[in-house]
Amino acid sequence: MNYFPDEVIEHVFDSIDSHRDRNSISLVCKSWHKIERCSRRTVFIGNCYAINPERLIGRFPCLRSLTLKGKPHFADFNLVPHEWGGFVHPWIDALARARVGLEELRLKRMVVSDESLELLSRSFVNFKSLVLVSCDGFTTDGLASIAANCRHLRELDLQENEIDDHRGQWLNCFPDTCTTLTLLNFACLKGETNLAALERLVARSPNLKSLKLNRAVPLDALTRLMSCAPQLVDLGVGSYENEPDPESFVKLMAAIKKCTSLRSLSGFLEVAPRCLPAFYPICQNLISLNLSYAAEIQGNHLIKLIQLCKRLQRLWILDSIGDKGLEVVATTCKELQELRVFPSDLHGEEDYNAAVTEVGLVAISAGCPKLHSILYFCKQMTNAALITVAQNCPNFIRFRLAILEPNKPDHLTSQSLDEGFGAIVQACKGLKRLSVSGLLTDKFFLYIGMYGEKLEMLSIAFAGDTDKGMLYVLNGCKKMRKLEIRDSPFGDAALLTDVGKYKTMRSLWMSSCEVTLGGCKRLAQNAPWLNVEIINENENNRNGEDEREKVDKLYLYRTVVGTRKDAPPYVRIL
Amino acid sequence: MAYEKVNELNLKDTELRLGLPGTEQEVKQEKEVSCVRSNKRQFDEETLNEEESMPPTKTQIVGWPPVRSYRKNNNNNSVSYVKVSMDGAPYLRKIDLKTYKNYQELLKALENMFKFTIGEYNEREGYKRGSGFVPTYEDKDGDWMLVGDVPWDMFSSSCKRLRIMKGSDAPALDSSL
Repeated sequence: MNYFPDEVIEHVFDSIDSHRDRNSISLVCKSWHKIERCSRRTVFIGNCYAINPERLIGRFPCLRSLTLKGKPHFADFNLVPHEWGGFVHPWIDALARARVGLEELRLKRMVVSDESLELLSRSFVNFKSLVLVSCDGFTTDGLASIAANCRHLRELDLQENEIDDHRGQWLNCFPDTCTTLTLLNFACLKGETNLAALERLVARSPNLKSLKLNRAVPLDALTRLMSCAPQLVDLGVGSYENEPDPESFVKLMAAIKKCTSLRSLSGFLEVAPRCLPAFYPICQNLISLNLSYAAEIQGNHLIKLIQLCKRLQRLWILDSIGDKGLEVVATTCKELQELRVFPSDLHGEEDYNAAVTEVGLVAISAGCPKLHSILYFCKQMTNAALITVAQNCPNFIRFRLAILEPNKPDHLTSQSLDEGFGAIVQACKGLKRLSVSGLLTDKFFLYIGMYGEKLEMLSIAFAGDTDKGMLYVLNGCKKMRKLEIRDSPFGDAALLTDVGKYKTMRSLWMSSCEVTLGGCKRLAQNAPWLNVEIINENENNRNGEDEREKVDKLYLYRTVVGTRKDAPPYVRIL
Repeated sequence: MAYEKVNELNLKDTELRLGLPGTEQEVKQEKEVSCVRSNKRQFDEETLNEEESMPPTKTQIVGWPPVRSYRKNNNNNSVSYVKVSMDGAPYLRKIDLKTYKNYQELLKALENMFKFTIGEYNEREGYKRGSGFVPTYEDKDGDWMLVGDVPWDMFSSSCKRLRIMKGSDAPALDSSL
């Protein structure tokens, strides 16, 4: 019963941001559904094939901000072939034709073309913010369209995309009247940058808070940029010269000192460590530091820098920091909440000494009480260490551990890591995301099922013994949304036992497991609301009907719009 | 795993402890890495014979370690600083191999850095008619090689450090002395 006019209810709804809450609100009654859908500004679509643009627009005609995710997560690791899907064009096209007042578009793992960007730039007068993460398919020509046509552009955020750099003049395409930029991140561009255009752009953007440069921006240009943007909060440094002369160094230091609002630093893509001291004065203000692409900053230079960053909340680093370096982090960064340690050597060098081990992890867990998210690539682990970590840090929300060698057991006891990971899951009652590695048996999965009450995303590789493992997870983890499994012995029995479970999940990925074509077919028959996709790159056997044949890659997801029409030949949708 | 199974109930399953797995003798699992099942194995028959007893190295499994391909592509060549030592020089230098496109540029830079001449490279005889110094490098396998034998790209990705040897110390390499 509504005793308030719609406008009042809408006003109340305005203060509710979380899309999950808004989804709940819309289920209360017809009236609330209607008010909610017409007032919804921000929509998040975790799987672009779960719904289509027409239905989106039909339900939320007034949307301003859209987030879309395309390819499955394992596409990041080259497990999904090119052209699988996730094309953004139909979405932009539909939104344009329906004259939706789109202001913000955030895409992850989608295929974006220059045509799409051009259409985007011309179709939405108030377009303000474009965020592209891990996307591909476009070039700097597309960026030129955005720069030229989006009169009110505030944010252009390009994170780790594969962009064909035509070395054109896209930066020149920002008109002189464009003064509204608050965020400009082109760190992933490979080519030369028109420095003069960049400097002019930065100089006329008084609200610019975040600037992330690519490799091609040298030291003296950096100095000039920082001098005309002392209001920066977030800076991504591109490259430094190898041997700066003292005068340049002094100028840089002076420019940096003026940036008293600087809180976040990243980049250092090509840097001579001798230039780092220029940044020392602002280190005490930093809350975020990303040195995960700064392979040349190592040893003492790195340690000295970190020792100054006492307020750090987020640190992304390479494993060349070593256990000793992590111990320094543990003693210095008491406010640390998120840590990511990436592998620096990805080519299987046998003499790989510069890695981190369980020692570093334990040190961090002991020294950083606020830690809640970790991604840790290491060469070895022990149950004892994991148990200690669990005791030290029961507040983990995200725990991702990647031991570089698959199936590696506890290196002291040679046993499986079931107990260690089990301890993590049991202690961390708020754990939402977990990635595991090393030698794991069905017992580990039993622990997950028992204790993973809040677990939403689970990534498994080379683990488990029998179908029971997967079943423990499907039965026990009530909140599971995304399950991705590779190279594990789970088959049809696990896949088919509880088909209804997949209604509560966004998606399931299984590659190099034991599921068969027959099993997948049965699943598809029993669950018409699922898209069951089989990816088979072997050209010879695409439409074979041998039901006992093992499926190379299976990706299934719930959807309300049935089979997609844009699948390539090697994807078979059952 | 060799658990006891009683009526299909794996009793060990229900024995939950957070302590160390103490005295149990758990057989080390000779788990076959299941990349064998996929046809993505990238090494050929020859190496298969040599490496049968070793687990596949991480570079041969697609998508492992789980690092975003963007990061993989953008981090592999960023470290190319190698130490350069010269026999008789009091301290070492460091150079970034990535700044050079070919042997000519590298050798010229070395000549400038250490003030000497290297001479001409000859496939059969190594370096001739220089000031007696021969550029050598340590490769990934720890072997000392003559600079110039392999294509530049192969050299720059496998070179770990450089040593400019006095001709008399390197009779096997520079046969002209």
